[in-house]
Amino acid sequence: MLLTSYFLAALAIALAWPTPLALSKASWPARSPVAAVVLWQGIALAGGLSMVGAMLVWGLDPLGDDLLTALHQGWLLLLGDPTVTSPGVVHLFALSAAFLFGFHLVLTLIRATWRTSRQRKKHRELLMLLSNPSSLSPNTLVLDHDTPVAYCVPGLTRSVTVLSRGLLDQLSEEEQHAVLAHEHSHLEQRHDLLILAFTAWHEALPWLPTSRLALDAVRQLIEMLADDQALDEVERPVLLRAIVTVASAIAPGQGPDQPAARSATADLEAVPTGELSSSRLQRLLANPNPLSTAQRSLVYLSTTLLLVIPTVLLVTPRLLG
Amino acid sequence: MASLGDLERSVMELLWDSAEPLTANDLRDELAAPGETAKDLAVTTVLTVLARLEKKGLVVRERSTRPHRYNASSTREDHTVNLLNEALGTAQDREAVLARFIGGISADEAATLRAILDAPKTA
Repeated sequence: MLLTSYFLAALAIALAWPTPLALSKASWPARSPVAAVVLWQGIALAGGLSMVGAMLVWGLDPLGDDLLTALHQGWLLLLGDPTVTSPGVVHLFALSAAFLFGFHLVLTLIRATWRTSRQRKKHRELLMLLSNPSSLSPNTLVLDHDTPVAYCVPGLTRSVTVLSRGLLDQLSEEEQHAVLAHEHSHLEQRHDLLILAFTAWHEALPWLPTSRLALDAVRQLIEMLADDQALDEVERPVLLRAIVTVASAIAPGQGPDQPAARSATADLEAVPTGELSSSRLQRLLANPNPLSTAQRSLVYLSTTLLLVIPTVLLVTPRLLG
Repeated sequence: MASLGDLERSVMELLWDSAEPLTANDLRDELAAPGETAKDLAVTTVLTVLARLEKKGLVVRERSTRPHRYNASSTREDHTVNLLNEALGTAQDREAVLARFIGGISADEAATLRAILDAPKTA
């Protein structure tokens, strides 16, 4: 079982550092965001599994030849069975670490879920007092403010899309439609659950810089997914115009209560080269070809292997001698 | 009979529109719509609604007078700005709570994009 635990540890390290680093720098995710989102989930899940698994398998090594026997022996040891010999302090330490780390991951997820749903509830309560239903679409509310803003508040039973009066004033009917289609796909595809999972992953491992990379990457990817859905309903320039209007009204670091210090034209002069760093905008403008079926299949196959290999090794650690 | 949620909204609107603090009795009288008689709404119901709003931090109670008088904790505009700040992520790190339309695009980039879109098509 020792060889298995070393392999799992190596896998954990590969998935914790070089793999997410390379993926976050790759350009293909913008071409097939669905495949990229699936792969990010595979990396995070397999990473967590092999981190816990490596410690677990190593800790259980003196107790038996396969995981189930070893776990059973460990249980008997806990119960004080005199026929089971203690695996020694170092192995017990690894075992404790495996369980503590596993609990830590699960607890962080539960805590993030609880906190998020509480904040959403509070936000929704205030919305109920301050907004009016929109005639554009069901479950859509309008807030009375000049800043053009659109967002959605996901919920298990009831999700709402919120538009500001400023957005309705400044966008054409078609552009409003683009914004709504974008927000609806966030809600329909439950992107909030993805963000929640990766937020929890980052909170559980704040010392791991790649957990931040994963969160940022997934955040960009869901915007691309929502853009693609919106493009099923509106023309590309319409969506781009809507993004421009909404984004240029809000300068970074400024709330809606502070008037934008610089107008959009002033910004224009400040940007000489016209380089767009946001991959979301780059792909909307350039419309790159999606990955071929073969390439996408490769991504899905890698994701499957990422999940299957650590699982199989955990159950039958003898495979590696 | 209106639901508690509807009543909360009506009470808040009255308090926001009122220049001075109101008592539960004032609110009851205002809430009784022309079609209804004042009897349709018990003062205790109004007090319940006020207690809920106070717990949520939306209403402040003046205890110096009897009966107690109630006021909105801040203006409708301030609350709206707070909601939008949450949505824009400027209030706190609430990115997981809400999904907004322009996630990850700065004003500078928007200006560049506008320039690209406005540029006359050459070739």
